Amino acid sequence: MTATTKGAQDTPAKPSATAGRPGPAGGIDVAHVLKDAVISALIALGLFGVIMGLKTEQAPGGLVLEENWERVIWAVGIVFVGRLLLNLTIWRRPGGKIDDLMPVGLKKYSGFVGTAIGAALILVALTLPFLPGAGRYHVDLGTLVLTYVMLGWGLNIVVGLAGLLDLGYVAFYAVGAYSYALLATTFDLGFWVCLPLAFILACFWGIILGFPVLRLRGDYLAIVTLAFGEIIRVVLLNWSEFTGGPNGIGQIPRPTFFGLEFSRGEGGFADYFGLDFSSMHRIIFLYYVILVLAFVTHLVSVRLRKLPIGRAWEAMREDEIACRSLGLSIVRTKLTAFAIGAGFGGLAGAFFATRQGFISPESFTFIESALILAIVVLGGMGSQLGVAIAAVVMIGGFEYFREFEQYRMLVFGAMMVLIMVWRPRGLVSARAPSVYLKERKKVGADMVSQGHG
Amino acid sequence: MAGVSDTILRIDHLTMRFGGLVAVDDLSFEARRGEITALIGPNGAGKTTVFNCITGFYKPTEGRMALSHGSASAYAHIDRLTASPQQSWEGDGEALFLLERMADHDVNAKAKVARTFQNIRLFGGMTVLENLMVAQHHYLMRASGFTFLGLVGAPRYRRAEAAAIERSVAWLERINLLQRADEPAASLPYGDQRRLEIARAMCSDPVLLCLDEPAAGLNPRESAQLNELLLGIRAEGETSLLLIEHDMSVVMEISDHVVVLDYGKKISDGVPDFVKNDPKVIAAYLGVDDEEVDAVEAEVGQ
Repeated sequence: MTATTKGAQDTPAKPSATAGRPGPAGGIDVAHVLKDAVISALIALGLFGVIMGLKTEQAPGGLVLEENWERVIWAVGIVFVGRLLLNLTIWRRPGGKIDDLMPVGLKKYSGFVGTAIGAALILVALTLPFLPGAGRYHVDLGTLVLTYVMLGWGLNIVVGLAGLLDLGYVAFYAVGAYSYALLATTFDLGFWVCLPLAFILACFWGIILGFPVLRLRGDYLAIVTLAFGEIIRVVLLNWSEFTGGPNGIGQIPRPTFFGLEFSRGEGGFADYFGLDFSSMHRIIFLYYVILVLAFVTHLVSVRLRKLPIGRAWEAMREDEIACRSLGLSIVRTKLTAFAIGAGFGGLAGAFFATRQGFISPESFTFIESALILAIVVLGGMGSQLGVAIAAVVMIGGFEYFREFEQYRMLVFGAMMVLIMVWRPRGLVSARAPSVYLKERKKVGADMVSQGHG
Repeated sequence: MAGVSDTILRIDHLTMRFGGLVAVDDLSFEARRGEITALIGPNGAGKTTVFNCITGFYKPTEGRMALSHGSASAYAHIDRLTASPQQSWEGDGEALFLLERMADHDVNAKAKVARTFQNIRLFGGMTVLENLMVAQHHYLMRASGFTFLGLVGAPRYRRAEAAAIERSVAWLERINLLQRADEPAASLPYGDQRRLEIARAMCSDPVLLCLDEPAAGLNPRESAQLNELLLGIRAEGETSLLLIEHDMSVVMEISDHVVVLDYGKKISDGVPDFVKNDPKVIAAYLGVDDEEVDAVEAEVGQ
């Protein structure tokens, strides 16, 4: 209560101070700005009132409520004034389109900000295992995040570039994982030999999926890909003689460092380099393996975008009929997109198998597909940086807040809704052209088609 | 009509039925190399259906559509080709394609027929330059070693890409859009989009360019620019044009030969002046007086 009255007292004072100032205040709808600030203050009161204002304390007679309204008043005041200032300075928006909520300053430098964030992410990714305070948990988490970054980039080719909504992407992840697991346990092949094989096999399954869905678009395509993902999982689950069924495949060999195993004793990695044996060596090695794999995925997708094949994918997303009239075969374009997207999923899968040492169909459920798709959609279809950020935020956040088990999904859902309201086309929605004459102008999200199939 | 006919496209007995509806009924005509052939007719006459058949978007119910490269002497092989299961015949410097046997993308990629659409179909989210680059897909694809060479950044691909950009720039200069090369195609004004679509079709190196109502929605000035562009393409002699048009000022001014359709049938065929004064054409467009109905119907043959 006290907070609102304080807010109300502030109200008349602020605008008179700004109204007298010429320049930036000109053309601002004062009533709208005030209303916005008051609403924000009320929301803040609702949130902070309970969280900061009330506290339960252990007292001799049981729990007692301890009140502390001063903090609440401060919090609400900060929100009110801050909102007011933001509205008067950075967020001067006439229409109030939701997309314009992004600060003007940030928009202007979005190219630079993007490069800076990208460079910072790469730097952190490269040095993560050696950062102070980074323990086994962080490196493991980094490995997991990078796996999803890679999966996101792979799916991005199918969904973001070619505009084909694929709900069964995890099938290729499974194909890659089982390819490696089976080849390694049956034929005793090493990880580095199996990696390209996993890629090829996943590509092959991408084409197998591609054929029946060539004529499908939109929702219909999504349903068939969803079914395909389930078919692969069910086959893995039931074909016990081949895949081990629900028991999965264990004892999957770990990758070696140019033939050196990460084992204790003679001939191991630590022994060869004269280091003390540490289980961290393998974890850090795995981290760098996935970093390299993700980097390769990134480089290849960026290159492909600038090649005729990538332009054909994007053209197909924009207008399939125009593509056909220009001599582009839709069959070839769709199948290559499915195949290459699937191939990267397969690489990630092979890595997953070698990292875990054990795989079972349980790891390849629909929720995984949905998660990868959410990363691509939230990050911004077609954007490499957006997908990486989304993967870091979603997977990282997911794991980091593991303690709040019960609320995790709630926050996760709310976050998705918020991002979709704020930026309906994902975090990084502008499209960078693949070729330019004078200036690389970003293409606004409203121009870019999302594809019909 | 002109003495020597160097036919580029020969359409024989083309029929297209949709269920019970006969959209094109036993249509035969020829388009000549280096000329502008116009296909006109009232709304619903079946013009766009003919286009969709020629460009492979529809499989015609009946009929033959033969396109020649090089010279019309390729037509000497037409009967042998028709009897064989092949799609095309190729001799030295000459080739003959049976369009009804080809898939839509092959009609462009192999037979070199390009088209534009009645409702413009640009790649809206891609820049103007990218639109023209997509049209040079096959050239770039070969140069990039089907992606593999391009992926490792082979100099051969870089040269080819530079050449493709150069070619796009030449076209952009020609359609006066060089300044907007890096802007998304969807942001262009309507008239510019029309010209860009034509330039994009031309970048795929066609021998026959099919334009579906290129002047629709253009103002008189833009329409005049369009005429200039089309006449320029004709003057170069590499590409023959086939166009559907409602705007008679465009049709009569630039076309060498006009084919008139009504209810899927050809009702007139000749030079613009002949067609303009043909009573059947006038009847189809303007209708006739009540007392003349019987006489005209007898003449039209219904």
